[in-house]
Amino acid sequence: MRFYRALLHLYPASFRAEYGEQMCAIFAERKTSWLAAGWEVLRNAPAVHWDILRQDLRYTGRTLLRARGFSTVAVLVLALGIGTNTAVFSVTDYVLIRPLPFPASGRLVKAWENLPGYPEMELSPADYRDWKAMNTVFDDMGGVTTVLVNLTGEGNPERIESARVTGNLFATLGVHPLLGRPIAATDDQPGAPLTAVLSYGLWERAFGGDSGAVGRKLQLDGTSYVVIGVMPAAFRFPDQDVELWLPFQFDQSAYVDRNDNYVECVARLRPGVTLEQARSQMNVVAGQLRRQYPKELEHTSATVNMLRDELSERSRLLVLALAGAALCVLLIACTNLANLLLARALSRQKELAVRTALGAGRERLVRQLVTESMVLSALGGALGVLFAALALPILTKLVPSLPVSGAPTIDLRVLCFAGIVTALTGIGFGTLPALRVARDNDFKGLREGSRAGGGRKAGLRSALIVTEVTLSMVLLISAGLLLRTLMSIQSVDPGFRSDGVLTMQTALPMPKYDNVAKRVAFYRQVLSEIEALPGVSNAAYSSFLPMTMGGGIWPVDIDGKTIDRSEGHNASLRFVTPGYFTTLEIPLLAGRRLDDSDVQSRPPAAVVSDSFAQRYWPGQSALGRHFKFAYADRTVVGVVGDVRVRGLERISEPQVYLSCQQVDDGALPYYAPKDLVIRTSGNPRSLLPAVTQIVRNADPEQPISRVRTLTEIVQANTAPRSVQVRMIVAFAALALLLAGIGIHGLLSFSVSNRSSEIAVRVALGAQPGDILRIVLQQSLLLAAAGVVLGVALAFAAGQAMRALLVGVTPTDPATFLLAAALCLLMTAVGSLVPSLRAIRVDPITALRAE
Amino acid sequence: MTAPIKDSLPQSFLPLPSATLHILMAVAEEDRHGYAIIQDVEARTRGELTLSAGTLYRSIQRMLEQGLITETRDRDRPAPELDDERRRYYRITPLGAAVAKAEATRMAKLVRLARGMGFAPEKA
Repeated sequence: MRFYRALLHLYPASFRAEYGEQMCAIFAERKTSWLAAGWEVLRNAPAVHWDILRQDLRYTGRTLLRARGFSTVAVLVLALGIGTNTAVFSVTDYVLIRPLPFPASGRLVKAWENLPGYPEMELSPADYRDWKAMNTVFDDMGGVTTVLVNLTGEGNPERIESARVTGNLFATLGVHPLLGRPIAATDDQPGAPLTAVLSYGLWERAFGGDSGAVGRKLQLDGTSYVVIGVMPAAFRFPDQDVELWLPFQFDQSAYVDRNDNYVECVARLRPGVTLEQARSQMNVVAGQLRRQYPKELEHTSATVNMLRDELSERSRLLVLALAGAALCVLLIACTNLANLLLARALSRQKELAVRTALGAGRERLVRQLVTESMVLSALGGALGVLFAALALPILTKLVPSLPVSGAPTIDLRVLCFAGIVTALTGIGFGTLPALRVARDNDFKGLREGSRAGGGRKAGLRSALIVTEVTLSMVLLISAGLLLRTLMSIQSVDPGFRSDGVLTMQTALPMPKYDNVAKRVAFYRQVLSEIEALPGVSNAAYSSFLPMTMGGGIWPVDIDGKTIDRSEGHNASLRFVTPGYFTTLEIPLLAGRRLDDSDVQSRPPAAVVSDSFAQRYWPGQSALGRHFKFAYADRTVVGVVGDVRVRGLERISEPQVYLSCQQVDDGALPYYAPKDLVIRTSGNPRSLLPAVTQIVRNADPEQPISRVRTLTEIVQANTAPRSVQVRMIVAFAALALLLAGIGIHGLLSFSVSNRSSEIAVRVALGAQPGDILRIVLQQSLLLAAAGVVLGVALAFAAGQAMRALLVGVTPTDPATFLLAAALCLLMTAVGSLVPSLRAIRVDPITALRAE
Repeated sequence: MTAPIKDSLPQSFLPLPSATLHILMAVAEEDRHGYAIIQDVEARTRGELTLSAGTLYRSIQRMLEQGLITETRDRDRPAPELDDERRRYYRITPLGAAVAKAEATRMAKLVRLARGMGFAPEKA
């Protein structure tokens, strides 16, 4: 019998209380077997629960429809909380959590060379070869570098982002092609037939998805390659844009220069080898090479990171800060929900008391209240997922390029997350008020004039308000700090004028354009025809545009001093056509600009940036000075303003500009000018058709790619930040609003409860000012407590996101004061209506109601 | 927590779960307690259907809410010497009787139709 009684606990308590005894009696009389009894209970208990749930759902539907205002506010509050978190989780999961789509991806790492000031540099082919041979911690190690190639043939010529890879890269990653075979060691030998592996997208575009594409030929940069394989649609490596993989084919000359770093190194840890072990061994290897090549590898060391964690600290912090902010919004939303439910439950005390009187047990009341909050949460969750889907396209701008296909989406993982958050809010924040109410519920609700909510419940509600204000403060201060950072970054002078400039790439393929004269003839024809277009004032070519490419860094050798590659001894190299400085409006500070007279037969001329001149010849004129740079002795002919080559947030190396004519045939092909800049007085974009035609006239096989305005490039530089700031500011505004609603609710409630007390005071001669003071005292005390706690928390939050802050300290007093002022203002606004109501209390009416 | 459905049409309850119809039949002639209902159903069906206590009380709970049966008050209970005070007695309501009748009519029509198609045995 005891066993049967225990089994009965599977039924709802109310059912058990009603029928348990009789069921036990029947069990005893019929002498039912244990097995049959167990089966009977297991079969019927869920059905009884379901019956009650259906009743509760029906009842909930009716009550929520009756209280439409409350239901709408509660669902919206929840939808905002769950929606923000779902969207942010989708991004966080995509960027930071989800494993990369490679077999045993937890063992994939990247290995980098370090120099003081230049952490995480690529390797030279020679170092790559030696690191691969000397280590014992990796199963395999592959190399990759991205290059741009021109695809010609049928249709318009196309610029393709591609990657040169070593013969074992695919094996290291553990990936297999959809068709054909991957690039293998045999393809990666100098002189081996030229082979190519296509991405799924390129295969569809170039071969219409024809399964016979393997074995066919592709014209890349004027050279014929045989297609040997097609990768699956989801494969992306090393980043999302790469569509073609070609073998490296290093020859002996590639192994000579140990300072020509361009091989990104991917490796697979041996099973059982930890990241720390790999790091320490690679540093031993780097040390051995440093001793072997003291001049070239001075100061170099090694870094090994998990491939999954290969994100800049900034990208990581941007996403984490957003996740923190979203969590604050959720907590505020939940607090608000708890507050709303509590207030509603208290105002329903009479109804609940009637139901108790009619025989509903505590369990049934709690069940009903929890069902109500679960229904609200489910509705809020569903609406929240919809909000998240709408917000996601904006958030996607925060996502750095990862070796993963697609973009963050609302998929099963994200839906599960949303479901869990919804269930937790529903149960957690619905149960608390329900238990509170049910515990205190007796028949006092039936007594006329009884006051809902004693001291303890008011205490709970006050604690909730303090929590809301605290979280609002944290969000406001974080948003303020990030906003000030963004403003200070955006006010940085980039060193050039970006408006009215159209940019694009026409990368001339080698060896077709190895000959400098041929290249210069192309530039001259294109530029002169473009400058003849109406509205165009200047046009020029450069190796790389500012803020699109931070590299191209070379050591500077002055007076035959030893080359030192570490920070403070380098400058960035750009070959340009003469009109570059006027097109970008980079100011000339001394001497002259590069011009057509700087030809190969003349001494190599250099225009240097102001910081270059200041670094080497402080307080003196730099003009006429010599320095060794990029294999030649250069003479300074002019000094121009500094440009933020690496973006607005980073101090860039000084710049050296060389004439596109002063370079040997076939030398430095990577630096051959390919970025076209055009300054116009009209709409830059409208020039595109005419410019396309001009380029086509100069070389029908020459594709155009990456068409952007210079303004877009500058904006893209701060886009992740401005998206993040906009989101966090929106979150903070939302938090403030929710907290305001919370305060309004609490005060309205307490004013209506204290109406008789107020009436007595008025009757005894209290003035409106006195009443106002009584009411406001309560809300301001709570707000002040929230502000103080918020300041403490925001202080910690500011320290955590210190790396994200530029031009503002984490304890910026102005931001803290403003946030506190906003919180107090919000409190005042939230208190306004209840306070007015308190002043208008009519003592006679209020006292008669007692 | 639903209030009994007072003005419902008997048709709106159809088709009835078979346990419900059996219980209605069991309490049609006299007020019965749970165990008596189980025994009555067992006897009427010649042992073909034995309601378990769980099925019985789940049905009873629902039928009470639907207003098909009521719990009889103390004064209607049998004499104390014949009664176990833990027992509760149930009585069919006019709505319950109408619903049972409607269900029986529905089933009879169905059987007629099936018989027309040769699916059911001829009348005994």
